Amino acid sequence: MRSILRNPLAVAGLCIISAILLMAIFAPFIAPYDPDSIDVKSILLAPSSEHIMGTDGLGRDVWSRMLFGARISLLVGIVAVGIATIIGIFLGAIAGFYRGWVDTVIMRLVDVMLSIPTFFLILAVIAFLTPSIWNIMIVIGLTSWMGVTRLVRAEFLSLRNREFVLASQTLGAKDYRLIFKHLLPNSLTPIIVSSVLGVASAVLVESGLSFLGLGVQAPQASWGNILTDGKEYIEFAWWLSLFPGIAILITVLGYNLLGEGLRDALDPRTSKN
Amino acid sequence: MLSYLLKRLFWMVPLLVGISLISFLIMHLAPGDITSTEAGFNPKTSEESRQKLREMYNLDKPVVVQYGLWLKRISKLDFGHSFASHQKPVFWEEKDKDGNITKGMIQEALPITLLINVLSLILIIAIALPLGVISALTQNKLPDRAITIFVFIGFAIPGFWLALMLMYWTGVSHHWLPISGLHSLGSDKLPWISQVIDTLHHLTLPILISGLTGLAGISLFVRNGMLDVLHQDYITTARAKGLPENTVVYKHALRNALLPLITIFGLSIPGLIGGSVIAESIFAIPGMGKLFYDAVLMRDFPVIMGILTIGSALTLLGNLLADLAYAWADPRVRKGVSS
Repeated sequence: MRSILRNPLAVAGLCIISAILLMAIFAPFIAPYDPDSIDVKSILLAPSSEHIMGTDGLGRDVWSRMLFGARISLLVGIVAVGIATIIGIFLGAIAGFYRGWVDTVIMRLVDVMLSIPTFFLILAVIAFLTPSIWNIMIVIGLTSWMGVTRLVRAEFLSLRNREFVLASQTLGAKDYRLIFKHLLPNSLTPIIVSSVLGVASAVLVESGLSFLGLGVQAPQASWGNILTDGKEYIEFAWWLSLFPGIAILITVLGYNLLGEGLRDALDPRTSKN
Repeated sequence: MLSYLLKRLFWMVPLLVGISLISFLIMHLAPGDITSTEAGFNPKTSEESRQKLREMYNLDKPVVVQYGLWLKRISKLDFGHSFASHQKPVFWEEKDKDGNITKGMIQEALPITLLINVLSLILIIAIALPLGVISALTQNKLPDRAITIFVFIGFAIPGFWLALMLMYWTGVSHHWLPISGLHSLGSDKLPWISQVIDTLHHLTLPILISGLTGLAGISLFVRNGMLDVLHQDYITTARAKGLPENTVVYKHALRNALLPLITIFGLSIPGLIGGSVIAESIFAIPGMGKLFYDAVLMRDFPVIMGILTIGSALTLLGNLLADLAYAWADPRVRKGVSS
């Protein structure tokens, strides 16, 4: 823990993410206006003391919408990565522990999934389901478990024949005990790092999908769909495109910094050089 | 080398089957069958033409049979015709009875996407290579720190937002660059050289965007590769025997550090193809990404399935080429010696 707090990257990332998390959690208290209330008298107002990020084409306060949008981005990112990590741990553990044909089948499946362009796959699935925040989470989760699977498998393969595992097995420990008590706890570091980095890319994918109109649907605010409006009004309302983009950038940056920082702090191999 | 090639080709077969299976299963995610209105099919279509479609895709047969028949068709590279765009062939051109040729949709779109990606790869290499090398040579000093910050921002910046901003900056407020399409109005009357310049002019922004967003990863990769190599014994040996530092860095270290780049480029193909969706729809460029996006909006099944399959096959091909290039460049891989 102390090594994490001594790593400047991890600390910077942690600060950024905590700040955004707090803003998202307390959005109803911070937001000066109702994010969905339409006000025809104040359409496309430039940023001012009344509306610090201006208003959109329906007169809604952009800052309030940004705060509520943060909830969506973080929720989608974290849940999607949660799904991917659970699938990845499950498949990776089976492949790495039992090896043999199970391993071959799972790794071929990973190869197949990796050769289908991910964004196409996500769009194709969404084309046949109705776009909603839940579907988005599930689809992103179901299309991004391959990295974790490979990682867990590799860790399991290298740990499987270590003395402490063999000793426990000789003493009669059941498979699930070996997996959950010995192998998994010793593989946690790379899983955590890849999950943190995974949230960053899930946030980017969600905002891209919402931007294309295939993600979070209006009137629910998300950073991606605020940007869609921004594109519409780009000639007269720069504030609609500027702020959501910066918000996405800072969030993704935060997760990347934390992920890289954790990798440096927790992995003895990279912290040497 | 030949046995290596054969082994690689052999491994592609189960992958191709897996890809076709997944593409096929996605089609069956749709509620009802694909010709029902719940699946977003045009409700004005007559019952007869729906029946025809059902027959064409063998929707009345069991799923396993459907898959077999579909597989048989795509193995002959027959991806059917678009639902939405006047029955255009999805993949390749076709001649009708009168000898008129209708171009295939993928046939028209693929070269555009490939051109953009190849040009942006060249841009990436031209910028990322020196950045990575400088970063490695000045490890933990000012230039390295500056480049690292740039890399982190590059990783985090959403490509479509950068596109919007550049579009606003260069297109809307200064009118330096065209912001949509592939040609100017009436450019077909210009001599070919002006047409090429006109197209390149239109492609500047898209290439810049995909280049800038891809830069960060590659320059970080070059940096870490260089650092790895510079710490190896043979570099110390080269220095110890008194070779000039430039020879050590550029002749001995860089060449080995660049080897894994081949694989990285191979692996980045699906990302590049997939990433084309947003850029191409922002700039209205008729490439694979735009074609796919439009097909998704119209629920144009044959096009969706066709692009999914072709896109994946291209990825496999790219990986194969990358592996072969690697084997050609690195005898350890070719001879199956693990390093």
